[in-house]
Amino acid sequence: MSTKHLLVSAIVVMGIAAAMPSAMAQKKYDPGASDTEIKIGNIMPYSGPASAYGTIGKTEAAYFRKINDAGGVNGRKINFISVDDGYSPPKAVEMARRLVEQDQVLLVFQSLGTPSNTAIHKYMNAKKVPQLFVATGATKWNDAKNFPWTMGWQPNYHTEGWIYARHVLRTKPDAKIALLYQNDDYGKDLLKGVEDGLGGKAKTMIVAKASYETSDPTVDSQIVQLQGSGANVFFNIATPKFAAMAIRKVYDIGWKPVHYLNNVSASIGAVLKPAGLEKAAGVITTQYLKDASDARWKNDKGVNDWRTFMAKYYPDGDLKDSGNVYGYGVAQTLVQILKQCGDNLTRANVMKQAASLKDWRTEVLLPGIKINTSATDFAPIEAEQLVRFDGKEYVPLGEVITKSGAD
Amino acid sequence: MSRESGLENSAKGADGPLCKSPHPGEKLWSRNRRPKFFRDYFGAGSNAVGEAVAAPSSRLRRAAGVALLLAAVCALPFLVSNYRTFQLTLVLVYAIALLGLNILTGYNGQISLGHGAFYAIGAYVAAILMDKFGVPYWLTVPAAGATCLAAGFLFGLPALRLEGLYLALATFALGVSMPQLLKYKHLEGWTGGVQGIVITKPDPPFGLPLDQDQWLYFFTLAVAILMFLLGWNLLRGRVGRALVAIRDQPIAAEAMGVNNALYKSLAFGVSAMYTGVAGALGAIAVQFVAPDSFSIFLSITLLVGIVIGGLASISGALYGAVFIQFVPNIADQISKAAPWAIYGAFLLGFMYLMPTGVAGAIRMLRARIGRRTNAHRGSRTT
Amino acid sequence: MPERGTLSGSWAFGLGGSPMDAFLNQVFAGLATGGIYASVALALVMIYQATHLVNFAQGEMAMFSTYLAWTLIDAGMPYWPAFFLTLVLAFMLGVLIERIVVRPVERAPVLSVVVVFIGLLVIFNSLAGWIYTYTIKVFPSPFPKEPVRLGAHFFSAHELGAVGVTLVVLVLLYVFFRYTPLGLALRAAAQNPESSRLVGIRVGWMLALGWGLAAAIGAVAGMMVAPTVYLDPNMMAGILIYAFAAALVGGIDSPGGAVLGGFLVGVLENLLGAYVIGNELKLSVALVLIVGVLIVRPSGLFGRVHVTRV
Repeated sequence: MSTKHLLVSAIVVMGIAAAMPSAMAQKKYDPGASDTEIKIGNIMPYSGPASAYGTIGKTEAAYFRKINDAGGVNGRKINFISVDDGYSPPKAVEMARRLVEQDQVLLVFQSLGTPSNTAIHKYMNAKKVPQLFVATGATKWNDAKNFPWTMGWQPNYHTEGWIYARHVLRTKPDAKIALLYQNDDYGKDLLKGVEDGLGGKAKTMIVAKASYETSDPTVDSQIVQLQGSGANVFFNIATPKFAAMAIRKVYDIGWKPVHYLNNVSASIGAVLKPAGLEKAAGVITTQYLKDASDARWKNDKGVNDWRTFMAKYYPDGDLKDSGNVYGYGVAQTLVQILKQCGDNLTRANVMKQAASLKDWRTEVLLPGIKINTSATDFAPIEAEQLVRFDGKEYVPLGEVITKSGAD
Repeated sequence: MSRESGLENSAKGADGPLCKSPHPGEKLWSRNRRPKFFRDYFGAGSNAVGEAVAAPSSRLRRAAGVALLLAAVCALPFLVSNYRTFQLTLVLVYAIALLGLNILTGYNGQISLGHGAFYAIGAYVAAILMDKFGVPYWLTVPAAGATCLAAGFLFGLPALRLEGLYLALATFALGVSMPQLLKYKHLEGWTGGVQGIVITKPDPPFGLPLDQDQWLYFFTLAVAILMFLLGWNLLRGRVGRALVAIRDQPIAAEAMGVNNALYKSLAFGVSAMYTGVAGALGAIAVQFVAPDSFSIFLSITLLVGIVIGGLASISGALYGAVFIQFVPNIADQISKAAPWAIYGAFLLGFMYLMPTGVAGAIRMLRARIGRRTNAHRGSRTT
Repeated sequence: MPERGTLSGSWAFGLGGSPMDAFLNQVFAGLATGGIYASVALALVMIYQATHLVNFAQGEMAMFSTYLAWTLIDAGMPYWPAFFLTLVLAFMLGVLIERIVVRPVERAPVLSVVVVFIGLLVIFNSLAGWIYTYTIKVFPSPFPKEPVRLGAHFFSAHELGAVGVTLVVLVLLYVFFRYTPLGLALRAAAQNPESSRLVGIRVGWMLALGWGLAAAIGAVAGMMVAPTVYLDPNMMAGILIYAFAAALVGGIDSPGGAVLGGFLVGVLENLLGAYVIGNELKLSVALVLIVGVLIVRPSGLFGRVHVTRV
C-alpha cells in the first residue's frame, strides 16, 4: 500500500476512534437536567394529618445541600423542589402536574403516602416521568411490567407482616393471635400480610382484630377488647403514638402476650422510651435501618456520619425520629443512581440505572441488607432482620430474611 | 338610592353596635339583630334580592362586561399551560361547591360544617358509575346532582329541629363520618375502601382539536355557567326571598305564609345538589377518589371559602374558590417549615381587612366610588 | 370469626375473666377517656359562657400551653411550680389573643369570627409542630404511679386524679360564676354587652378575662390529658371532636352538663366500639346518637331552653 493510502487510512481510523468516544460521551438531557443542575421534584405532607412525615422531606433536602456543598453530582447541583400536598390526593395530583409540567423536573422522588401515590400513578407513567422511590410500603409499586416508571424503596408492609406470621408459625404454632391495626391502607396492608403469611391457619389462629382511627384519643378500649379474647400473641400494627400507648396499656392491664411491633414504630427513642423501656421489653420487630437511638450503634461509623450530617445540615431535626435516618438512606440511594447516570440524564436512563443496583448498600442499613434491583424486580430492599428488644437494645433473632428465603 | 344589595347588607352586620349577642339557638351568620328586611325587600327601587334595578344604559354596560368576562374565561386555556388549565378547572369546581354552600349558609342561614360529605357523595357516585357501570362521564354529573339533592333533602328534614351551634354539630358529625363510611369494610366492594377508585380521563368528543385538560375545562365551565344561572334565577325570585326571610325573621316569615320546613329542607337539598355536582366534576378532573380526599378539613375549607369570598353573594363563590385553590400553594412557597401557619395568617389577615369577605369589600368600594361620583354629579348640576 | 374486636368464645379462659368483667373494663376505660373529654368540654363551655362563641382553637391553645409546661419541666422546674406558672402563661396568652386577634373582628359577622378561630387553630398546630417536632413527648403526671384498687378492679391513679382535678375546676367555676361579683359581671357582659356597659361593666376587659380563664382551664385540661395520650401537636385534634359533642349534648351553657356529657360520650364510644358497631364506625354512630339526643332536646340535656321573642 502506498504511504498516501496508509496515511489516509490512519487518519480515517483515528477520526473514527476520536468520534466514537465523543459520541458515547455525548450528553443527553431530558427536561430537568442540564450541564449545571438536576431538578428533582418531591411531594411531602408538610401540613395536614400526616405532617409528622414532613421531616423526611427536610432531611432529604438537607442531604442534597450537603452533596451540593461538596460539588454536586458529576459537577451538577441538585435543585430539590419539594412541595406540600397535605396528604390529600387531589392536591398530590395538582402538585405532580406542577412539578412535571411547570417546574419541568427530571424525576419525582419520594412522593409520600399510598393515596397520593395512587392518585398520580397513572399520570406519571403516562407522562413517562420516573416516580422514584415512593415513600410508602404498599405492594403495588413493584410492577415493572405495567408501571415501568414507578419504583418503591422500603420493604413493603405485606412482606413485613408475612415475616411475622411465619415466625409465629415456626415458634408458636398453637398461638391465639389478636391484632390492633390502623384503619387505613398501611394498617390493612400489614394485616393482609399477616393473614397471608398464616395461610390456611389464619382463620383459626386469629381470634380478635381491632382497628383504630388516627382521630381516636387512645386505644385503651381496643386493647381491653383484645385482651378479653384470650389471645397470647399480639400484633401491634400502629403508628408511633398509638403503638406506644398500646405497649403501655398491654403492660398495665397485666396482659403478657408475645408482642410483635411493626417497623414503622420500632424506634427506641421515639416509641419504646415513652412507653416505658421495661414495659417494652420483649417486643419483636423487623428492621432494615439502624435505629439511631439504639446503644448498639453508638460507635457505628455509618450512624455517626449521619449524626454529623444532621448536626451540620439539619440541626432542628429530631435525632430520635427514624424518619430522618430513612430520608438520609433514600437520598444516598438516589445520589448513587444519578452518579451512575453520568452524562446521560434522560428519564429512561434514570429508571435503567435504578433497575440495575447490584448488592449496593448505604451504611445506615443493617449489616447484611443489600439493595438489589433488576428489570423485573422493582423492590430495592426486600430483606429485613427480626430483632427482639431486651430492655436496652435490639438483639437480632436469626439471620436476615428475604421473603423468598424465609422458610 | 343605594346600589348595594340589601341582602348582603344584613349579612354584613358591620354597621351599628351589637344589639344582643346570639344565644345558641340563633343564627350564626349575622350579629345584627335588626336587619333592614322590610325596607330593603319591599322598598322602592329594589328587586327581590335588594339589588337596585338598573337603568337600561347600565344594564347594557353590565351585559357587555359579562360578555367580555366570558370571552376572557374561554380564551384562558389557550393562553396558559395545561397545568394552569387544570388548576382553573378546580377553581370552577370549588366555585360551584361554594355557591351551593352559600345558598344554605349565606342566604338561608343554616350553618353547615359537613358539606365535604356531599362533595364526597357526588365524587363517589361519579366514580362508581364510571368505573363499575361504564356510564359516560357527562351522565354522571346529573346523576351525582340528583343523588345529592335527595341526600341533602333527607338530611335537612331531621335537621329542621336544630339551630345554630347544634346544627353545626350535626353537620360536623356528617362531615366526620363520611370518610369512615367510605372506608367501611362492608361497603368496600362499592367504594374501593382505602385504596379508592381510579377513573380514566375523558377525551374531547367529536374529535375537537382540544386536549383533555382543555376539554375538561370547557365542560366544567359550561356546567358552572349553568349552575350559576340557575342559582341566580332561584335566588332573585320567590325562593330567594323566602330563604332570606327565613334566615332573618323565621317567625315572621312563617306568619306570612312561608313554609319554613319545606324551604329549609329544600335549601339543604339544593345546596347539596350543587356540592354533589362539584364533587363529580372534581373527581373527573383529578381522576381519583379515596376516603382521604374528603376529610373534615374539606368541609372546613369550603366554609372558609364562602366566608372569605363573601356570604350571601354569588360572585363571592368565585372569589372564595380562587382563595382556597391558590392560597395554600402560596403559603407552601413562603414557608416549608410551617405552611399552615402562613395559611392561618392569611385567614386572619383577610378577616381583618375584609370581614364581610371579598365580595363585601368590593361592594363597599363600589358604594364609596358611587357616592363620590354621585356627589360629583350632584355638585355639577346645582 | 369475631371481626369487630368483640369478645370471642374463649373469654372464659382469657385474662379478662367473665364477660361482666370485660363490660366493666370497657365502662371504666370509657370513664377514663370521658374524663379527658370532660375537661376539654369544660374549657369550651367556659369560653362560651364568657363570649357566646365556640372557640374551635381551644384544643390547640391547650396543646400549646402544655408544650410550654413541658419546656419548663424539661428545663428542670419541678411539676407543681411549672403547672401554676403555665396557668399564668396560658391566662396571659388568652388575654393577648382576645386583645390582638379577636377584638378587631368583634363586630364582624359570626362566621367571620369562626374563620378567625380556624386560622388560630392551624397557626398553633403548625407552630407547635415546627418548634417541637412531631416526635411524641412524655408528659409527667403529678399522681402516683401505682394503680389504685377498688374492689376487683385496678384504676390508674392518674386517671382518677385527672377526673378529680376536672371536678375541682368545675366546682370552682360554678362558685365563681354564681357567687362572685366578677363572675356575674362576666356573664352579664357576654349576654348583654350594651346594658352591661350602661351599668358600668368594662365589657372589653370582661371578654379578655373570659378568654384568659378559658385558656387557663384549657391548659389544665391539656396537662391532665397529656400523660395519657402523649404530647404531640395533633394531641387535641380527635379529642376536640368528642369534647365539642360532649359540650353540646350536655348543653353548651351548662358546665356541669359538659362534664357529664364528657363521661357519657366516653362510655358510649367504648361500648359502641366493643359491642355494637365495631371500632370502624364507632365515632360516626356516637355522633349520630348525640345528634339524635339533640333533635329530641334541642338545647342539650341540661341546657337552658331559649325563648325567642317575635
